[in-house]
Amino acid sequence: MRALFFLMVTGYATGAAASLVLGTGPLARWASTLAAVVGAAGGLGLAAGVCMGGAVFSLAAPDLLASAGGLAFSLDGLGAVFLALTSLVAAPSALYGAGYARAWDGRPMQRQAGFMLNMFLLSMSLVPLADGTLTFLLCWEGMSLSSYFLVMTEADHPEVAGAGQWYLGMTQMGLACLLGAFLLIAAGGPATFAQLRAAAALLPAGTRDLVFVLAVVGFGGKAGLIPLHVWLPRAHPAAPSHVSALMSGSMIKMGVYGLLRIGLDVLGGGPAWWGALVIGLGALSAVLGVLYALTEDDLKRLLAYSSVENVGVIALGVGAAYLFQSLQMLPAAAFALAAALFHAVNHAAFKGLLFMGAGAVLHATGTRNMNRLGGLIRGMPWTAALFLLGSVAIAGLPPLNGFVSEWLLFQALLPGIGAPSPLVAVLMVLALGMLALTAGLAAACFVKAFGITFLAIPRSPEAAAAHETAWSMRAGMIVLAAACLVLSAGSFAILPRLSAVAAPLVGLPAPGPVLRAGLTIQTPDGLAQMSPVIVGAGLGVVVLVAWLAVKGFASRRPLRVGETWGCGRVVQTPRMEYTSTAFAEPLRRIFAEFYRPTEDVSIDFHPDSRYFVHSISYRSAILPWFERYLYAPVIARTRLWSERVLALQSGSVHAYLAYLVAALVLLLGWLVATGRR
Amino acid sequence: MRPWLLGPVQAAVALLLAPGLVGAIRWMKARLQSRAGSPPWQPYLELRKLFAKEVVVSSNASWLFRAAPFIVFGSTVTVTLLVPLLAVPLPFGGAGDLLVVVYLLLLGTFFLALAGLDPGSPFGGMGASREMTVAALAEPTMALAIFALAWGAGSTNLGQIALRTLSMPSEALAPGHVLAFAAIFLVTLAETGRLPVDNPSTHLELTMIHEAMILEYSGRYLALIEWAAALKLLVFFSLLGNLFAPWGVASVITPGALLWAAGTLALKLLALGGVIALVETHIAKLRLFRVPELLSASFILALLAVTASFLLR
Repeated sequence: MRALFFLMVTGYATGAAASLVLGTGPLARWASTLAAVVGAAGGLGLAAGVCMGGAVFSLAAPDLLASAGGLAFSLDGLGAVFLALTSLVAAPSALYGAGYARAWDGRPMQRQAGFMLNMFLLSMSLVPLADGTLTFLLCWEGMSLSSYFLVMTEADHPEVAGAGQWYLGMTQMGLACLLGAFLLIAAGGPATFAQLRAAAALLPAGTRDLVFVLAVVGFGGKAGLIPLHVWLPRAHPAAPSHVSALMSGSMIKMGVYGLLRIGLDVLGGGPAWWGALVIGLGALSAVLGVLYALTEDDLKRLLAYSSVENVGVIALGVGAAYLFQSLQMLPAAAFALAAALFHAVNHAAFKGLLFMGAGAVLHATGTRNMNRLGGLIRGMPWTAALFLLGSVAIAGLPPLNGFVSEWLLFQALLPGIGAPSPLVAVLMVLALGMLALTAGLAAACFVKAFGITFLAIPRSPEAAAAHETAWSMRAGMIVLAAACLVLSAGSFAILPRLSAVAAPLVGLPAPGPVLRAGLTIQTPDGLAQMSPVIVGAGLGVVVLVAWLAVKGFASRRPLRVGETWGCGRVVQTPRMEYTSTAFAEPLRRIFAEFYRPTEDVSIDFHPDSRYFVHSISYRSAILPWFERYLYAPVIARTRLWSERVLALQSGSVHAYLAYLVAALVLLLGWLVATGRR
Repeated sequence: MRPWLLGPVQAAVALLLAPGLVGAIRWMKARLQSRAGSPPWQPYLELRKLFAKEVVVSSNASWLFRAAPFIVFGSTVTVTLLVPLLAVPLPFGGAGDLLVVVYLLLLGTFFLALAGLDPGSPFGGMGASREMTVAALAEPTMALAIFALAWGAGSTNLGQIALRTLSMPSEALAPGHVLAFAAIFLVTLAETGRLPVDNPSTHLELTMIHEAMILEYSGRYLALIEWAAALKLLVFFSLLGNLFAPWGVASVITPGALLWAAGTLALKLLALGGVIALVETHIAKLRLFRVPELLSASFILALLAVTASFLLR
């Protein structure tokens, strides 16, 4: 265990050092990649060891930062799940990054990106290992800052700079909330989680509520829960694609981790309204996230909004766990939590895969705008097939892993209908409806994402000339695609482990509810079962039989290739195709109350006759509710106050000296008044 | 008979009955509208014709276009291994519950929509976009109706739901049960492309949904898709028939019981087909943007169904 921990740390650290030392060529690129893969292997081994063995790994380093009490690491089941999902995405991302970063060879950003990527991986892997406020906040801030620098890798684009500002602003706001939460629990300064747990038990109810709300804001911002999601659709598209994969696959899950660590582990759960709050935020994020994703034309922004949706879905499970725990429905709580954890792991696999696919498209065509893509399935068969697999998985369709966790979440919410309080029952019914709506809309969204990007006639010359990506990038995607398959087929083996992780958090004895019967997974009461392996195998056999039967018995006349039928029009052009915007139009109309679209059509007629049209331009935008009504007033107010403060900064040395004297006098006066001297 | 054979037997019976169901609905509709109509076995002849015909594929289409019919057909046939058409419990009943059934059908819709986009035809895109819209909006109703049923039976397992109604016949007329039936009936209309959501007998471009999506298909591929569509209708009907009124479904596996089950299933299908024929004769197609109103009505029904089943427990 110790060896694996040091393997992980040295792997990432070596990678970071290699990037700094070895220059900006292929050697540095591959050395840092290799080291990162070794680090990820160490992390995965460590997580697997803790998950399988059940024992807690711990390691204290009191000599590091001794003045502040030293650093301490420990890994329990909960942390292991998050370390595992981080390591799972880390190795493929590093591999993919080796190909992706080839464009930066010989430029300074190569060095910076290689260094920061390894630092990011290191700090992110240490977050779930951190035991104590100081270690946790250091790793947390390391993760935030290194990812900020990674987002800013291509800072010469103006949109990237804006994205960086939003990200930094939101992440520091979150940090302030977390500091507040930690200080409220342990006013005495740095403490280990065990000390926090003891201190939290003595807190009055009001303070506990405040701590929880601060944790929801601080961690919810990192997770991307609406309305704290605004940085996400900006930062993810701006970052290099393997970094987007890591941020979306792993980093936002750290918000979920934090919420579980503080809320369930340190505070030990709370009143029912905590659960209701998390469920409410989750349902809001899930439905609005997917609605925003649907209307998005930018492939990476679409994926970013879909991450908001998926974090919402995870939050539904987490909220249900809180709620059931407060109602003393402990097996149901453990089951809901296991379902949420499983969805977190699954989302890491397929969202990582999809972001890498989007990166491959961006690399090959130079655009993320789906209205300029299309037909890539011919030029990029590998990327297309892998992206299709990810799309089926994220749309929650059987037999892939997305469906398994969605099924679990449905089943997890079901006992809520039987809760003693009718209010809880109604909340659960609505949550179920929202979850189902989200699943349906996600399917529509990913038909659009895959269909418009990869199918039909290319909508631009760049798309027509697209080429397959480098092998290293494909390898990264293949690993995650394989992970999707393994997570689905092996779910009957993985789920009992997650149940064992979830049980102690909600106060059940160790093995937790039994969630397995042979090759099938089942609910704690054993009444509903499902087996992704058998369903998948059955589907495969039926498709094979159908194919053989058709081959054997149907007409053997050769296939004829013809033109697509266009009402008698012979020439088929890309302009006649449905675009990304057009695909989403029915849903945009149906949810017009929410989108409030503004449309602007201007038609340029032929000078001689109004029956001929030169060109039509169509512009449309949807109302950014949160930016306009929540953030714009805050930003305007802040700017106003900053300008008032500016009046103090006259630039005159005399004035500044006067401030110094005034400050000194005030301080002395305060000391005298409070009687400290 | 070996018990695992029950799955393939069910699939075979469903595959055999499905085109007949579509033919029967068409025939009944024609009689109700005072037309002679084609004979009820017409769809069988059409399938034979299509399987024998040459296939024309668009030059823009990719491998996905050719794979999709098999996935659509395969996912629908897989569903018939899980739904209690003839007997409960089924050999593969533990592998998938009602949610698996619904999402396997959505998998078919997903690939059909992608195949609609693939040839680059404006109609295909239109059909795909509308089909996914309707499918997405039908999803919440379906989930709530499932949970209204599951709450009574304690499980989403299809066999459990059917057995529970068999053991407590009075439950069949409980308000939650009836409301859930109504909700799933409306979803059936939307999911299987019947009036008032979609018109299965039109090829008028601007109103098509399902037909627009499959416009580019021909020959054996079209045959597979048509067969799968008929099968989907049969699956929804048998969910309505055998979950809400499971009488006739065999609970011991003997040839006599299975024959009796097949007979009652055929009767239930015909009865529901008659209702559809009647509905389609009486009402006109809704405008596409009025469809959400119908689906929200079905959502409210499902919500009431859940509320009723937990208030009256």
